[in-house]
Amino acid sequence: MAQKIDVTKHVLVPAHTVVSEKEKKKIIEKYNLKGIELPRIFKDDPAVAHLKAKPGDIIKITRKSSTAGESVFYRRVTSA
Amino acid sequence: MHEALKPYVGKLPRSILEEIEEKCPASKIKKVAEKALEEYNTAMIAPGEAVGLISAESIGEPGTQMTLDTFHFAGVAEMNVTMGLPRIIEILDGRKTLATPMMEIFLKSPYNKGKDIRKCALLVKETTLGEIVTEFVIDIVDLKIEAKLDAEKMALLGLTPARLAKAVSKAKTLSKEASVKENKEGNLVLKLKGKEEKGLNDLYKLKETARDVYVCGIKGVTQVLPVKRKDEFIIITAGSNLKKVLDLDFVDPNRTMSNDIYEITENFGIEAARQAIIEEVFKVIEAQGLNVDIRHIMLVADTMCVSGAIKGITRYGVVSEKASVLARASFETPIKHVINAALAGEVDKLNSVVENVMLNQAVPVGTGLPGLVTKVKKGKLK
Repeated sequence: MAQKIDVTKHVLVPAHTVVSEKEKKKIIEKYNLKGIELPRIFKDDPAVAHLKAKPGDIIKITRKSSTAGESVFYRRVTSA
Repeated sequence: MHEALKPYVGKLPRSILEEIEEKCPASKIKKVAEKALEEYNTAMIAPGEAVGLISAESIGEPGTQMTLDTFHFAGVAEMNVTMGLPRIIEILDGRKTLATPMMEIFLKSPYNKGKDIRKCALLVKETTLGEIVTEFVIDIVDLKIEAKLDAEKMALLGLTPARLAKAVSKAKTLSKEASVKENKEGNLVLKLKGKEEKGLNDLYKLKETARDVYVCGIKGVTQVLPVKRKDEFIIITAGSNLKKVLDLDFVDPNRTMSNDIYEITENFGIEAARQAIIEEVFKVIEAQGLNVDIRHIMLVADTMCVSGAIKGITRYGVVSEKASVLARASFETPIKHVINAALAGEVDKLNSVVENVMLNQAVPVGTGLPGLVTKVKKGKLK
């Protein structure tokens, strides 16, 4: 009876992607980050589990927003 | 996208760009975009503005006008839904057990066009033995119970007496007490186990426990209600168990939802939970006919989801995450916080608002936020 569920296709789940090293530097510079200020996301969060992200990576989240059409948000991966 | 709009990508939000392109004649796009950017920048909230305070008041004031009652679905079957202020409190506190958990189950085609809708609904609902038994016949002589089964319901659920007997005998509450077998007429026979003398009382007790034995369906779902929404059928349930429901093969796993934020976090992650909080809170506010800007709710939802797990707006949730001892103490249970901080030797860096208010210092919001930046010239002072 069990069917395979692709969490990323659910209407509530926005697109998650791992940010590249180069882009990571850009983000840190743009927002003047000193390390841990970004909001967090667990590395075993259902929406990022398939990305195999390591703690310390930055996840780029492209949300569909009712006010701005599309908005970009960043979260830092943490282990549990 | 129009060529003239390209430089504005990243400066203006997408919805505005799309609107300009849609509504403006091509010749004027450049001018309109220029003006729009100017307007957008003046409308944007200023750095250092205390947005949390604005949100709190914007949600709080209309909140005083909300009803305190729970309502029924008007007309459609008897199903309780928490609405109004209690529901808002429930969401924002990050409660783990809801007063009225609910699911909206979307179905795959062809089931969403009404095919076997009753059957689907029944498969979702938690069924106990009592519901498919028409009569419990107690045999005083042999100390056994014969449960007469409702053949029609059995067929609808896809059960045979043999499978039912197996499912029932596995039940924890029953397995020690009695043995279960099916007989020739296709009914269940429950017989008391054990060597010691068992009386009539035990038999009656057995009957009552047997009634509540779980047979099939999804645990926790106490009511199901097939509803037509727009041009498809969905199933609304009382009771929530997303994980199990998503496993059913007639369920559309991409749209099915629960009103339990924790279940959503577990199954779809923190970003989905954020979206669910916004939608759930906004639904209540809209239903009450109030007018709160969705951005305020977004801010609250973001705050609740910052740590990667849901944190309610309580002293155990977001407040406990604050870095400053004084800020935590100013919310609730001050003595507990002060004592614990003293024991741990915590240092308060006075980086935020409340602690500076307490100490009568300039608060780092608005004009109090920026410090003075100056380049010191080398050389002698004249």
